[in-house]
Amino acid sequence: MDMRFSPEELAFRDEVREFIANNYPQELRGARRGEMSKEDILKWHRILYKKGWVAPHWPVEYGGTGWTITQRYIWNEENARAETTPLLPFGLSMVGPVIYTFGNEEQKKRFLPGILSGDDWWCQGYSEPGSGSDLASLRTKAVREGDHYIVNGSKTWTTLAQHADWMFCLVRTDPNAKQQEGISFLLIDMKTPGITVRPIITMDGSHEVNEVFLEEVKVPAENLIGEENKGWTYAKFLLGNERSGIAGVARSKKAIERLKKLAGAELVDGKPLMKTDEFSRKVAEVEIDLSALEVTELRTLAAESRGRGPGPEASILKIKGTEIQQRITELAVEAVGNYALVEAPRLEVTGNEFVPGPEGSQGLAQDYFNMRKTSIYGGSNEIQHNIIAKMVLGL
Amino acid sequence: MDFSFTEEQTLLRNTVQSLLQDKYDFDTRRKVAKSADGWRPEIWAQFAELGLLAAPFSEEMGGLGGGAIETMIVMEEFGRHLVVEPYVETVVIAGGFLREGGSPAQQEAHIPGIVGGETVWAFAYAEPQGRYNLADLTTTAKKDGSGYTINGYKAVVLGAPWAQKLIVTARTSGGQRDRDGVSVFIVDKSAAGVSTRDYPTVDGRRASEITFENVKVDADALIGQEGKGLPLVEKITDQAIAALSAEAIGCMKELNTATVEYCKTRKQFGVPIGKFQVLQHRMVDMFMAYEQSVSMTYMVNLKLTEGEAERTRAAAGAKVQIGKAGRFVGQQAVQLHGGMGMTDELNVGHYFKRLTMIDTQFGNVDYQLKRYSEAA
Repeated sequence: MDMRFSPEELAFRDEVREFIANNYPQELRGARRGEMSKEDILKWHRILYKKGWVAPHWPVEYGGTGWTITQRYIWNEENARAETTPLLPFGLSMVGPVIYTFGNEEQKKRFLPGILSGDDWWCQGYSEPGSGSDLASLRTKAVREGDHYIVNGSKTWTTLAQHADWMFCLVRTDPNAKQQEGISFLLIDMKTPGITVRPIITMDGSHEVNEVFLEEVKVPAENLIGEENKGWTYAKFLLGNERSGIAGVARSKKAIERLKKLAGAELVDGKPLMKTDEFSRKVAEVEIDLSALEVTELRTLAAESRGRGPGPEASILKIKGTEIQQRITELAVEAVGNYALVEAPRLEVTGNEFVPGPEGSQGLAQDYFNMRKTSIYGGSNEIQHNIIAKMVLGL
Repeated sequence: MDFSFTEEQTLLRNTVQSLLQDKYDFDTRRKVAKSADGWRPEIWAQFAELGLLAAPFSEEMGGLGGGAIETMIVMEEFGRHLVVEPYVETVVIAGGFLREGGSPAQQEAHIPGIVGGETVWAFAYAEPQGRYNLADLTTTAKKDGSGYTINGYKAVVLGAPWAQKLIVTARTSGGQRDRDGVSVFIVDKSAAGVSTRDYPTVDGRRASEITFENVKVDADALIGQEGKGLPLVEKITDQAIAALSAEAIGCMKELNTATVEYCKTRKQFGVPIGKFQVLQHRMVDMFMAYEQSVSMTYMVNLKLTEGEAERTRAAAGAKVQIGKAGRFVGQQAVQLHGGMGMTDELNVGHYFKRLTMIDTQFGNVDYQLKRYSEAA
């Protein structure tokens, strides 16, 4: 048993660290995705694509790097450390693997390049107003008519659909079958007539999610992945990938660093808040929780590298990872005292807004509000508990 | 031992409820918070008309002779509707300073304006370096003839954009954090040397950063005794805490009602999600947190007139309770509403945001735990 990096792994770390330092656009450092233009959000993606590093986890034949699990872990750590723009998961980590695993050759040729290059921005048509945790109950219908499917229905909580070129969509193709057995996986061009995207503003003021309405949308039959009515299998495969990527350990480490800086600058009777017993203990607790999670994630990755795919243990990563993310935002609000009350604009930002408070304090309450979503999305933490109970503990 | 309300108190509650049901539905509140001014002077005028602004003042002062319980009733209903208008700042705090520390001349000069709804007040006490310590002051008031000259900076002054007058804490003597040397002043917001920069707060209200540059005030601007103001400041902020506790239980009540209703109607996996035991127990925990908060709110409002140590423990204790309970109920109401709980369109998130900010106002849980432990 050994947790240390080998000399080769350390050399790899230095190599990627240098690459990031030399290639990450200066002007994007510290930028919030909510304030970035579509092009800015894709800048880092395009740089990595040129380097051949945009999809390290893909099989080499499809554009992956062939890195070991540990190297991929190091790569994620270094990106988090440098606070690079997170790559959008919808193409690279969700529909991409579905296409190269279950798609046919034409689909791979047609769609994988755009996912890798960033030319195609994908969104996830899964949840519906009536189907959240119970995704299999979804009702968006697709009826085969000649060489097209006619799709009618609506999707919700569709992240960044306002920028999307394509949507991977779960649709009901057999209303008479048992729920899970009547679902298909369709790829839909967002420019198809009949698609309307409506913003949903979240309580922190951001526009991240949307409703997507589909009215008589004609989708070519060749956009069906795999077999009709076998979509649930592909959907579950995708969800497994979504879940294991979600722990956010490296990004949380950076968040704790920022928290300590904030609490170091905040004075309580002349003494830094970070030096008070009450606050330093709370930071230590969440930092320790994160250390434990980090090793749990490494153990999960190690098991994966020995051939076992992301198992139900990924639910631990999701639950604990999101609880930690939320806890850090909670402490950040505490750290800035009265200035937590100040609103930082999230929509139609002109740059002329007055947002007083110490450096780094702007919008922290809003981040805290926004992050309440993490225990809800990707399969709520309650559902994740059920998964572990059933699949791991056999209850 | 009696926890019932009198007929007059029930009438007061019904009156407030009636007005708010009519004029303060959630969509209206949402629009008001987003509007240019962020509040409705016409609603303030209606508060005046109904006597709400007069409630805690004695009849001699032009009030209705009510006390903490009346304020508590009003604030609970305000919390249920997420009222943004500056009742706490004007009636509870400024009114409190005038009532408990003001000279007869000051009371005569200023209370009618509050009662009549003509004058809105804000409380400028917090400073960037001070966090929650009421005595941590770099704003100074130097004796200047018979009056004073005030210099300094106040942070996150809630309701200031709507106010004409300010209650300002400033140091007339002593070191930055000394208990001695704190004085309380009445300052016109329009006085020469006062400059404000306004901004919205995350819970739908407005605040200002205020700079005082050689602001001259007369002797009659001083409330109470020079340099001996801190006990009064602590007393009035405890009254504010008692009012905020009531507001918080109003918010929690709405969240719990909404959450139980949602879980009874939202179906997944063929059943209402309220059938799942995990969620049932969660809602029970939310219910208990609310009930404990109601108890602490009653207690603090009943103990405001007790001696300093008992009042301090009651206020600190209540603030701890509603801080913890508010966080839990707020977070869980969002969680149990699923994605819907995250939206700006639904009221749940707005109650959650308000509860979060109530915890921040006048000192969060950690600060109040310390204050409680240190109280005699």
